[in-house]
Amino acid sequence: MTIDALQMDNAARKNWLQKQIRKAASRTFSYLILTLVAVVFVIPFIWLIITSLKQAAQVFSDPPIWIPSPIVWNNYVEALTTPAFPFLHLLANTIFYSVVSTIGVIISSSIVAYSFARMQFRGRDALFAITLATMMVPGVVTLIPTYILFRWLGWTGSYAPLIVPAFFGSAFNIFLLRQFMMTIPWDLTDAATVDGADDFIILWQIVIPLVKPALLVIAIFNIMYTWNDFMGPLIYLTDSKQYPLVMGLYAFQTRFGIKWHLLMAASLATTLPLIILFFIAQRYFIEGITLTGLKGV
Amino acid sequence: MSSPALPAKPVLPEIKTGFHLSRHLRQDLKGYLFVSPWLIGILVFLAYPTIASFYFSMTNYTILNPPKWVGLENFQVMFGKDPLYWKSVWNTVYYVIISVPLGLVIGLLLALLLNQQLKGIGFYRTAFYLPGLMPAVAGVLLWMVLLDPRLGLVNDALNSVGLPRLGWLQSSTWSKPGLILMSTWAGTGTTMLIFLAALKEIPQSLVEAAMIDGANAWQRFWNVTIPLISPTIFFNLIMAIIGSFQIFGSALIAGGNTSSSGPLDSLLMYMLHLYRNAFRYFNMGYASAMSLAMFIVLILITLLTIRSTRYWVYYEAAGRR
Repeated sequence: MTIDALQMDNAARKNWLQKQIRKAASRTFSYLILTLVAVVFVIPFIWLIITSLKQAAQVFSDPPIWIPSPIVWNNYVEALTTPAFPFLHLLANTIFYSVVSTIGVIISSSIVAYSFARMQFRGRDALFAITLATMMVPGVVTLIPTYILFRWLGWTGSYAPLIVPAFFGSAFNIFLLRQFMMTIPWDLTDAATVDGADDFIILWQIVIPLVKPALLVIAIFNIMYTWNDFMGPLIYLTDSKQYPLVMGLYAFQTRFGIKWHLLMAASLATTLPLIILFFIAQRYFIEGITLTGLKGV
Repeated sequence: MSSPALPAKPVLPEIKTGFHLSRHLRQDLKGYLFVSPWLIGILVFLAYPTIASFYFSMTNYTILNPPKWVGLENFQVMFGKDPLYWKSVWNTVYYVIISVPLGLVIGLLLALLLNQQLKGIGFYRTAFYLPGLMPAVAGVLLWMVLLDPRLGLVNDALNSVGLPRLGWLQSSTWSKPGLILMSTWAGTGTTMLIFLAALKEIPQSLVEAAMIDGANAWQRFWNVTIPLISPTIFFNLIMAIIGSFQIFGSALIAGGNTSSSGPLDSLLMYMLHLYRNAFRYFNMGYASAMSLAMFIVLILITLLTIRSTRYWVYYEAAGRR
């Protein structure tokens, strides 16, 4: 490239140089802004880590302490084993909630999406239109009567109100899966139909393997949702032994709101599984969010 | 990644038999069998609660005693005799009006920054998205440390550029801006990724054509980019409005453990007031009336936004999406 530049006549060379300089300047400017914004976004995280390794007395100080001394690794031991925040127990509850609910969502949404995408029955399109419309219904309107229903069933104080609805499908996941299932060529399933295969077999053996990426996206989003869910457990769970992580964190804060170093350690421990999941399945995260936007349009 | 066009219906050889009708019936039955979980789901978890809301909102219901019909009394109390109701409406509207545009603008700006051919762009994308991974409860706790009025990092930063230290969550004036700050930090990443996907779908040829016509960067942004991503702006707008009207967890925790929610109830959000009425005072009837009012307002706003799209959302001629 440089040799080419030398061979150019003067005017063209000047032009080319100017262009390169302008390009480099704009690139540098972009990096500068990007880095600045990234710092603003990441500093709170770094502060979370720093604070979680401080002695209590160093959490709030003037000037702020960026490198804790000593580094108190023991904060993690203390935060995660204190009876006020029984981490492993809370983690087990959260995983239970996450896994069972995700299994429910996957099974129910696949079966229902299959019927919308690959089966013919009267009222199908009307029902699908209703499904789309239900996505607009804000959760606030169903909150109280649903609680009353579960209370009447005697399910409050257990995970049933949080998990059972997952087995009846969710509009957005059904919609997403249906779109994917519709892209599967009919030739692939027709052969099986002619051979007399049942719809369940076609769904299980042909369709499910083909929509696996979409199922992974749905699974990840459901795990994120359950990990985050605060209002559900707050309303339905009564015994602190059943709490998931975020409820444990809330209870810890209400009782020991001044032990910020321990609270930060507990907060990081609560978040870490999601960060690990993100780095394992980054592709599906980003694809999923992208789909959310594009399919919604 | 746009939604696929409808595939052609299967052309299976139609077998003419005497059981033509029953074959259809069998198909119907099988279809209903597959769709039945969702049918039950709609009826039990959507239709029943929505209809029941109307009934409960006209009753006095404390769970322990059967509901007692009181007509419109709950609404009269709500609109006329409960000063905290209007306080919660004001707090929520304040929060929505600032946080929604802020989140959209920052999300779009970040997406534009990321939509460049630069090395290491993936790193920045991850950095912007990371806060969204943090469970809201953990995020609030972190921000309670950062926003400490005396020795928080945010005030240190303000102080270092010559601005005064603010009271944030402990001041009735600054508690809502503090809440907006934390939710913007946490929520922008998702909005940004959705915008980024839309930006990547813009055909390069259109941008180049505008360049040849002599459009400068701003004109290209305003007359090419914005119209082409307007359906995505619309989607993000609706999602942000519905989500932020229902803000709950972060306000509950940031508001502290006292009987008021934040100083002078400045963090008493609509959902928080509703939650307290329902699950602390067991005023299920009153809470239902509140939820119904919110429901109607949200539906109206959604419909108005959808109606407004004809003036500002540009849908390409059929075919692409």
